Amino acid sequence: MPDKLVIHTEKITDASRIIGLCPFDAIEFQRDHYAINAACKMCRLCETNGPPGAFEFVEDEQVTSDTSQWRGIAVYAEHSEGNLHPVTLELLGKAQELTAKNHQPIFVLLIGHKLGSLVETLSAYGVDEIVQFDHPQLDGFRIEPYAAAFEAFIRQTKPAVVLVGATPIGRSLAPRMAARFRTGLTADCTELEMQPEGELVQIRPAFGGNIMARIATPHHRPQFATVRYKVMREAAPLPNPALKIRLMQIAESLLDSKIQILQAVRRGRETDITEATVLVVAGRGIANAKDLAMVQALTDALGGQLAATRPMVEKGWLEAKRHVGLSGRTVKPNLLITCGVSGAIQFTAGIMNSECIFAINNDPDAPIFQVANYGVVGDLYEVIPPLTERLLSTRRSPT
Amino acid sequence: MPEIVVCIKQVPDSSKMEVDDTTGTLVREGAEMKINPFDLYAIETALRIREQVGGRITAISMGPQQAAQILREAFMMGVDRGVLLCDPRLAGSDTLATAFAIACGIQKAVAKAQLLVCGKQTTDGDTAQVGPEIAEFLQIPHLCNVSGILELGENALVATVDLMDVVQTVRVEYPCLITVEKDIFPPRLPSFRKKNEARNKPIEVLGCADLVSNNLGQFGLDGSPTHVEKMFPPQTDKPRVRWTGTGAELAERMTEQIKRLKLWQSDAR
Repeated sequence: MPDKLVIHTEKITDASRIIGLCPFDAIEFQRDHYAINAACKMCRLCETNGPPGAFEFVEDEQVTSDTSQWRGIAVYAEHSEGNLHPVTLELLGKAQELTAKNHQPIFVLLIGHKLGSLVETLSAYGVDEIVQFDHPQLDGFRIEPYAAAFEAFIRQTKPAVVLVGATPIGRSLAPRMAARFRTGLTADCTELEMQPEGELVQIRPAFGGNIMARIATPHHRPQFATVRYKVMREAAPLPNPALKIRLMQIAESLLDSKIQILQAVRRGRETDITEATVLVVAGRGIANAKDLAMVQALTDALGGQLAATRPMVEKGWLEAKRHVGLSGRTVKPNLLITCGVSGAIQFTAGIMNSECIFAINNDPDAPIFQVANYGVVGDLYEVIPPLTERLLSTRRSPT
Repeated sequence: MPEIVVCIKQVPDSSKMEVDDTTGTLVREGAEMKINPFDLYAIETALRIREQVGGRITAISMGPQQAAQILREAFMMGVDRGVLLCDPRLAGSDTLATAFAIACGIQKAVAKAQLLVCGKQTTDGDTAQVGPEIAEFLQIPHLCNVSGILELGENALVATVDLMDVVQTVRVEYPCLITVEKDIFPPRLPSFRKKNEARNKPIEVLGCADLVSNNLGQFGLDGSPTHVEKMFPPQTDKPRVRWTGTGAELAERMTEQIKRLKLWQSDAR
């Protein structure tokens, strides 16, 4: 892709034979100059047979990187108000996987102010280097100073891959950086693989997940990718992490911004079952309102949200905002567990996009088993308590 | 506020799309097309701003000839000018090449753009990348996820920015680019009074040669660092299994399977 033909119209004296030089009709005259159109096959016959100097074959150095000069994987560590965003640990987990084969370094980039405790948290994860920009001007996200720090980091460190969480900040910062380096960025990757030559294979859903796209950034570095929260597996802390911490400075003038933060309000998260990655749905198989506590305990063990079928909402056992189905909300969690739900079409229409459905029901003929990936034929009162207990003990001793 | 620009895109109406086997890019011919729903909020935001401080709104789009249709819809909502970037060499653009072409188009068509408004993302590409990339090419600041406009001043505006965990109230100087959240303002319906007017209004069409230098390699497929290597259907090998047993056995199987599928993280917060 880097090769181009440039026409120097001023060096053309005999216009009559210019168009005919190209066997593919790729030379056009446009108002006052000649141009190469999309039909060009890069045969370079025009360069050979045309007037001296009129056709120049060039490689555009600016937009192509010498890929061999770029090494390692950089993870952008997102945080707010002293807390690391958990997507950062997931990106680190993926970075560890990607570098396991080719032993490339992992860098973590931290931008902000008063980063001490974050550095400490991150240092447990066996990264090669934490690079931090710590400055009062970086307190609170503003695009220009954050981009300036990010750029300084990339120019000095030259990572082959840059991973950024697909959070509001990441989705603002990553495209800005990709454009600055005239390189590729793939949004919301669901899978990443490393080729032996260091090329990052980026896989993402397209068109509402109807089709998956496999994307590469062959000639440009760094290769940028964003990944959504809860898609990758979190990194595990290492027993004896070796680590270098580098504090980088940039010129004060680069920290200037046309943006002034007047106020930043931390928001308590509202319950929204459509955003939940884990949902537990209570259905009519729950005999008494007080038994919902048992389902709630399972939900809490999974760190998920409790949802309900229509009858449960009509009885007033659960709020309307937790209603899943055609007349309620459509949900798309990674994991959905139905408890005592029979599976009427009005309900199943709201859960069809779920990644994985477990159904617990004691009626083997219940229609819910037609849509569940894992049909658990059993009494929910006998399955849920031990399930909750096992999940909790797993949490206490992570694998 | 003399010059406001809204970037809009025509997207397929259906989510069923065909993919060109050789280039790996989308086949747009034949599919029913409509204006990207998120762009309606961008247009509405621009119209509200014009109502308050005056000025002129230019809608700009990139696509084949038929994309002129969405510029006419923008006219019917009240937009003043329509610019279409249309050139076969723009085909196959990824987000970088798209943003580059649109940035060039804005520079060419609007001498002093003060405020650029984009939708949050498109429903086809779904990347939310083009807005910030345009801002970078134009070297102006940007705000993503703008959920409200609080003040419009002579030299700056004050907006709320939704960063999920934190909501910022920020003041940003012009020129700048904002991408607006769905529901920032309810978009108005196209006016039938404006329909005839819109039909006869000229649309300015620009090709690559109008945009910049002779460096055509920055456009279209050639100007796209990312290459779609292939498209493939998502794995449909989702299991459909059924387990029976005692409560404890079933609980054990479920726990193991949930762990194995990485559906849940044991120390998720």
